[in-house]
Amino acid sequence: MTALTIYGIIPVAEGAEPRSRRVDARVGRERAAPDGAERGMALRRMLSGNEAIAQGAYEAGVQVGTAYPGTPSTEILEALSRFPDVRTLWAPNEKVALETGLGSAYAGARTLVAMKHVGLNVAADPFFYGAYTGIEAGLVIVSADDPGMHSSQNEQDNRHYAKFAKVPMLEPSDSEEARDLTRLAFELSEQFDVPVLLRTTTRISHSHSPVEIDPGYVRRARELPPYPRKPQKYVMIPAHARPRHAAVEERLERLRRYSDETPLNRIEWGDRKLGIVTSGVSYTYAREVFPDASFLKLGMSYPLPREKVRTLAAGVEQLIVVEELDPFLEEEVRLLGIPVAHGKDVFPILGEFDPDVVRAGARKAGLIPEEESPVEPVALPLPPRPPVLCPGCPHRSVYTVLRRLKLIVNSDIGCYTLAVLPPLATTDTMGCMGGSISMAYGAELAGRPERNVATIGDSTFFHSGIPALLNIAYNGGRTIVIVLDNRTTAMTGHQGHPGTGVGTRGERLHEIPIEDVARGFGLKRVFVVDAYDTRELRRVLEDSLKAEEPTLIVARRACVLLPEARATRGPAYWVDPVRCNGCGLCFTIGCPAILKTSEGKAEIDALLCAACDLCAQVCARGAIHPGQ
Amino acid sequence: MEKADFLLVGVGGQGIVTASDILADVGLRAGYDVKKSEVHGMAQRGGAVTSHVRFGRRVYAPLIGRGQADFLVAFELLEALRWAHYLHPEGIALVNVQRLPPLAVTSGQARYPELEEVRQELSRRARQVHFIEGLRTAQELGNVRVAGTVILGALSTLLPIPPALWEEALVDHVPSRYVELNRQAFRAGRDLLTTVMWSEGVTGEGAAQPSGYQEAMG
Repeated sequence: MTALTIYGIIPVAEGAEPRSRRVDARVGRERAAPDGAERGMALRRMLSGNEAIAQGAYEAGVQVGTAYPGTPSTEILEALSRFPDVRTLWAPNEKVALETGLGSAYAGARTLVAMKHVGLNVAADPFFYGAYTGIEAGLVIVSADDPGMHSSQNEQDNRHYAKFAKVPMLEPSDSEEARDLTRLAFELSEQFDVPVLLRTTTRISHSHSPVEIDPGYVRRARELPPYPRKPQKYVMIPAHARPRHAAVEERLERLRRYSDETPLNRIEWGDRKLGIVTSGVSYTYAREVFPDASFLKLGMSYPLPREKVRTLAAGVEQLIVVEELDPFLEEEVRLLGIPVAHGKDVFPILGEFDPDVVRAGARKAGLIPEEESPVEPVALPLPPRPPVLCPGCPHRSVYTVLRRLKLIVNSDIGCYTLAVLPPLATTDTMGCMGGSISMAYGAELAGRPERNVATIGDSTFFHSGIPALLNIAYNGGRTIVIVLDNRTTAMTGHQGHPGTGVGTRGERLHEIPIEDVARGFGLKRVFVVDAYDTRELRRVLEDSLKAEEPTLIVARRACVLLPEARATRGPAYWVDPVRCNGCGLCFTIGCPAILKTSEGKAEIDALLCAACDLCAQVCARGAIHPGQ
Repeated sequence: MEKADFLLVGVGGQGIVTASDILADVGLRAGYDVKKSEVHGMAQRGGAVTSHVRFGRRVYAPLIGRGQADFLVAFELLEALRWAHYLHPEGIALVNVQRLPPLAVTSGQARYPELEEVRQELSRRARQVHFIEGLRTAQELGNVRVAGTVILGALSTLLPIPPALWEEALVDHVPSRYVELNRQAFRAGRDLLTTVMWSEGVTGEGAAQPSGYQEAMG
C-alpha cells in the first residue's frame, strides 16, 4: 500500500493563494484522524456543503468522481477535482455519469457521482438497476435538490427516489455533517452492498459552516480487487434479477434495523410537550423556532427508524413533522399509526423554508404566540432586478433575429432561457434538458402552418440533444435547430464539455465539433455562423425556412465572460446624439449597457459595453458607432 | 458580543460573495460558530445578491429571519430598500451610496428611489444608519474593485473585534499582489466611519457632521 502524503485539505484553484497558509482558528486540541492515520491538530475551515462532500469523499479514499454540472450540485466535482489523486470527469449527462460510476464501483474503486435533483431523472435507469446489483466498492450518489427553484424547472423532492429504488438515504444539516455523512456513506455502501443516496438541498450545498479538518491526515491508496466475474449479481436478465429483488427486500429490512441503531438518528430530549421529527436544513430552522422542544434528528432519513419514532411519540404530548417540500416523513410516521399533530397542514408543501416560514407554520398551529408587530417590506414600489443576459451575450443577437422573423421558439435549459423575459420575449416552450429539438419536431409532425425553430446550448446539445437530432436525421422533415455555441457550460459557471474538449482541471481533452456530429448523422444543411452577425444569421435562417430537409445552424461565439472573449473585446460603442431620434429600437434588445437619457435618447454605458455591435446593427438611423 | 447576524446585499459583480467570505472568516477567527449562505447560479447574471452571515455561540439556521438582522450591509442603494425589512429595530444599516439602476430603470420604465427615501425608510427601521462612499474611496485608491474592502473596513468599526484580526482574514482571501491595496482600502473604510461621515441615531463620540450625506445628495 502506498501512503500518499496529501494534506486532507481542499487545495485552492490554480493561481490562487495556497490554502495551507490559512492556519485559521486552531482548535488547539488533538483529534483522532480518520482510518487510524497519524494524529494531528484539527483546523476549523469554512466549507460549503458541496466542498465538505468532496472533502468527505476524499477522506474516504474516493478514487473516481463523475458529474454533469447542475445548480446546486456543480461545486462538488469542482472541489473534488482539486485533489490531484482522484480521477474526475464531466460526463455528457447524468445517466452517463452514473453508469460510469457504477462501472468503476463494480471494478472496485470507491466512486462519487453528483447531480442536481432533475439530473437523477436522467440517471434513473442506472440508479434503479444499481440498487439491484449492488457494488464491489462504495458508490455514493449525491442528489442536490433545489426547493424554491433558485435555478431549476421544478422542485421535485428526491427523497422519494430512495424509497422508490429501496436504497438508504443520508441527509446532512450542515457542512460538518456533509463531510462526516459522505465518509460514512462509503462505509454503508460497502457494508450493505448498495449505492447510497446522499441528499442535500440548495441551502446545505451552498451554505458555509466550519468543518474540522486534520491537516496531518494521510490518505491510503486502495488496492483494486480482481474484477468481479459474478453474472448472477451483475447481469440483470430476469432469471438473475428475480433473486436480486429478494436480496433488495431483505437488505431493506437490515437497513431498517441499522436506522434504529445508528447514532445518525438521534433523539434530543428537551421539553416533553412537543416532539419534532425533522432532517436536513429543516432541522436547523426548527431548532431556531423551537429551541426547547424534543427532537428526533434524522441523519438517515430512509429507511425511517421506526422504534425511535415510537420512542419520541411515547415521550411527548404531541408530535409534529417539520420538512421542506413533500410530506415524506409525515406519511411514514402516520403509517406507523402514530398521530401527527401538525405537518403539512401548517408547514407549506410549496417552496423553500427559512426561519420565517417555519415560524409562520408554528403560529398557525398555535405552538408559539402571535407576532406583536410584524415587520413589513418597504411599501415603495421598487424596480425589480431579474437576472438578464450580460452585455455582449452572444445569445441576444440570435433571439433578436428570431423575434424579427416571428418564429415559434422551442427552447432549452441554459442562460438563453432568459430570452423568455421582456423585452426579447422570444421563447415559447422549455421543459427539460435536450427537449427543444424534439419539441420543434413534434410541432412539425402536427402539421401546423407556422414554423418552429429549436434553440439549444452547446453543453445541452451534448447532454441529450444528440439523440433528438438523430431522430430528425433518421425520420426526416424540415425542422431547424440552432445550437447556441458559446464554448462553455455557462450558467453553472463555465465548465468544459465535449464541444470544448476541456476537462475538470482545465486540461485539454478531445474536442468534438457540433457540426461534425450533425454531418456524421448525414445532415446536408449544416451551417456555422458568427452569433454576432445578425445579417448572415437571418440570411441562413430565411434560406432554411424554404428548404425541404432538416437544418442545423451552429451560432458560435464565446461567452462574453470567458477570458478569450474579454481579451478580444473592442472599445465601447457610443451614440451620436444628433442622429439618435429616441425611436427606442435599441432598447428592445434588452442590453443593460444601453441607457435612456432624460430626453428619451439612447446612451451607452462605456463600462458595461462589450462592443458586440448588436445595437449598431438594429439602429435604423445609423446613430451607434464603434469606439476608437 | 453574544451574536451578530449580517445581511449583505447588492448586485452580482459587486463582490458580495468575497466580502461575506472574509466576514465569515473574521467570525471564525474571533471564536464564534459561523454560518454563511448565499444563492449562486443565476445571481452572477446581474441579479440581486444577498448573503447571510451569522456569528454566535451555536448557529443552527443558515438564514436570518425578517426583522432579525443586527447589520444590514448594503453595497447598493436600491438593494438597501429591498431588504430593509430584515433589519432588527436595534440593528444598524451600513449603506454604500452607489446606484446600479436595473434594466427597468435604464429603459425608462421605472423610477430609481431617491437617497432621501432610502434614508427615511432605514431610519424608521434601524437604531443607526450610516451612509458611506465606498466606490469613491476605492476610486481614489485607484481600483474600483476594492470598494467591498472599503465597506468591510467601515463595518469593522461597528464591531468589538480587533482590526488586526480583520486584516489577517483579508490577507488570506485576496491575491498576494493586491494585499497592500486591500489593506489600504480596509483602513480607508475604517476612516470613513470614524471621521467624515453622516450618520443618524449615533450619540456621543461616533456622532459626526452630515457631510457625507450632503455630498452624496449633491
